[in-house]
Amino acid sequence: MPRTSRYARDVAVVAFAQSDHLRRTDELSEVEMVMPVLHEVLAATGLKAGEIGFTCSGSSDYLAGRAFSFTMTLDGVGAWPPISESHVEMDGAWALYEAWVKIQTGEADTALVYSYGKSSPGSVRDVLTRQLDPYYLAPLWPDSVALAALQARALIDAGETDEAALGAIAARSRAAAEDNPHAQLRGDVPRGEYQVAPLRTGDCPPIGDGVAAVVLAAGDTARRLCGRPAWITGIDHRIEAHGLGLRDLTDSPSTRLAAERAGLFEAPVDTAELHAPFSSQEVVLRKALGLAEGDAVAVNPSGGALAANPVMAAGLIRIGEAAARIHRGASDRAVAHATSGPCLQQNLVAVLEGDPA
Amino acid sequence: MTAAPPPQVLRAPLVVEFPFTRSLGPVQSAFLTGLRERVVLGVRTGDGRVMVPPVEYDPVTAEEIRELVEVAPAGTVTTWAWNGDPRPQQPLATPFAWVLVRLDGADTAILHALDAPGPDAVRTGMRVRIRWAADRTGAITDITCFEPEENGGDGGDGGAATPHDGAFADPVTGIVAEARLDYTYSPGRAQTAYINALAERRTVGERCPSCHKVYVPPRGACPTCGVATTDRVEVGPAGTVTTYCIVNIKARNLDIEVPYVYAHIALDGADLALHGRIGGIPYDQVRMGLRVEPVWTDGGRYPDHYRPTGEPDADYDAYKELI
Repeated sequence: MPRTSRYARDVAVVAFAQSDHLRRTDELSEVEMVMPVLHEVLAATGLKAGEIGFTCSGSSDYLAGRAFSFTMTLDGVGAWPPISESHVEMDGAWALYEAWVKIQTGEADTALVYSYGKSSPGSVRDVLTRQLDPYYLAPLWPDSVALAALQARALIDAGETDEAALGAIAARSRAAAEDNPHAQLRGDVPRGEYQVAPLRTGDCPPIGDGVAAVVLAAGDTARRLCGRPAWITGIDHRIEAHGLGLRDLTDSPSTRLAAERAGLFEAPVDTAELHAPFSSQEVVLRKALGLAEGDAVAVNPSGGALAANPVMAAGLIRIGEAAARIHRGASDRAVAHATSGPCLQQNLVAVLEGDPA
Repeated sequence: MTAAPPPQVLRAPLVVEFPFTRSLGPVQSAFLTGLRERVVLGVRTGDGRVMVPPVEYDPVTAEEIRELVEVAPAGTVTTWAWNGDPRPQQPLATPFAWVLVRLDGADTAILHALDAPGPDAVRTGMRVRIRWAADRTGAITDITCFEPEENGGDGGDGGAATPHDGAFADPVTGIVAEARLDYTYSPGRAQTAYINALAERRTVGERCPSCHKVYVPPRGACPTCGVATTDRVEVGPAGTVTTYCIVNIKARNLDIEVPYVYAHIALDGADLALHGRIGGIPYDQVRMGLRVEPVWTDGGRYPDHYRPTGEPDADYDAYKELI
């Protein structure tokens, strides 16, 4: 049993699968890219699509420029006879949240959650400007790297980090990714030139295409489907004001509040999978989550979003990677974090625990 | 035949444009009209802070806020980032700094560009002022950018916000938010094979290995079974009209006389109807069950339309599952 049970039902991640994350996947349509990962995650549980209680996906049509692309990727699920299904135009971590709520209501015992991002057909830096306030921000086309760079400068000015420390975060992440066969960037990656100073190429995530999928299950079903379920003992998400000029960019009160409400601070964790696409954002998240440098906590042992950042899937992958470590006994209590919006505007925190051996 | 990788990846430019017309509430209308008149307005929030640019609801309490104030067109950089390689639609074509600027009298910062000779000329705390656009319409781009203030040192000048009624002649009540995104589209394995076959005037679908339905055009997955379609199957060329409609409204950029008939056509051997125009027969004589075949035009990459084959109509039972 989970150590803490603040919810109506105990729900666990019982399987996780992801694609290799690649710079381009021109030879595959979105459904052709998604389908093998769906098959893999279902095979891990032995469930068929028709036995899943609820299906929820996360994606954005803007990435590949394909209207209603999620309806076409649903072809990869096999949605006949009609299934109970939903979609969020957000990272798959929020699709997981919706599925978790659905299971809490008692309307489902299992859920398939998947998300994908095919950024290669477009220019993702420009595409992401379209999520900004259309009156004051979007007409200026401030791209995702530019906004992260404003945050990085604020951190450096505040004495929270410096360019060398940011380079070290990027290097540590890509070194960790040596053990991640799905990663897009691994090993010795040059820091490169300034993209938008103070951020260099090495401080920015790789651009690429990828897919992730998770199966959730409640109670005894979870125990039946998985040798060591990763129980979600806490999950919460919080949002901050959209205007960057309203926020203290050197802190993330929404992450801290979500973590509090998820019970993160009630006991130590051994693993943290943080969705920090830019090196500077790890500094903010460590501060908000109380993860000091030099702690025993393994931060982003997968390499994190600096090693593979399929937009709309990278947050779900953090939950999946943390759960997979619990599945294989490499972690007993882990925190997973996902973000959405510019400069860590919205943040989701999940605490995952394995049963004692 | 078994589905093999396509001989080459097809690519085509795809342009998505979406000019949204957006209305402005009273606060945003006053702010953007003010920019047109070279006046910068903010709004006072519930805790007494002055927010620039202003919004209509308090970001903390969500209460409606309407108390407008005027602030200075100059202020202090709170953070910045050097953009050495501006992207096409950004405020300046030459290298510039992105800045957050707290205008004198404001408690929050506004995002914009700063025109400066290089990163060595920019620092947090520097004094900057607005450079107004020559032609102003009531938009955030009425501010061309910020520029360093002459004789400007560091730090704020402590200017206070002054009350403003937000009233202007001929206020701006909406904006058109133009946007264009450019993509390079690739159709994937199944659709590439379909398109390549069309170039040879053949229609090739794919069969589901589980339920054995043949999908035309194929999208790579059987939506019923959730598995990859594997075997390529040539279908047609003739088929049966399963249902149809009569189009009476002329489409823009389409040189077809109305009325005409647009139909679902089940090609022989296909388990899914595709759609196409019916020609070579008066529109009021088209009927369910009509047997048709494709008509190709020189250089056409897909059938221009379908015309009657002259065969007897298909029996309803032969196509009722495909309607």
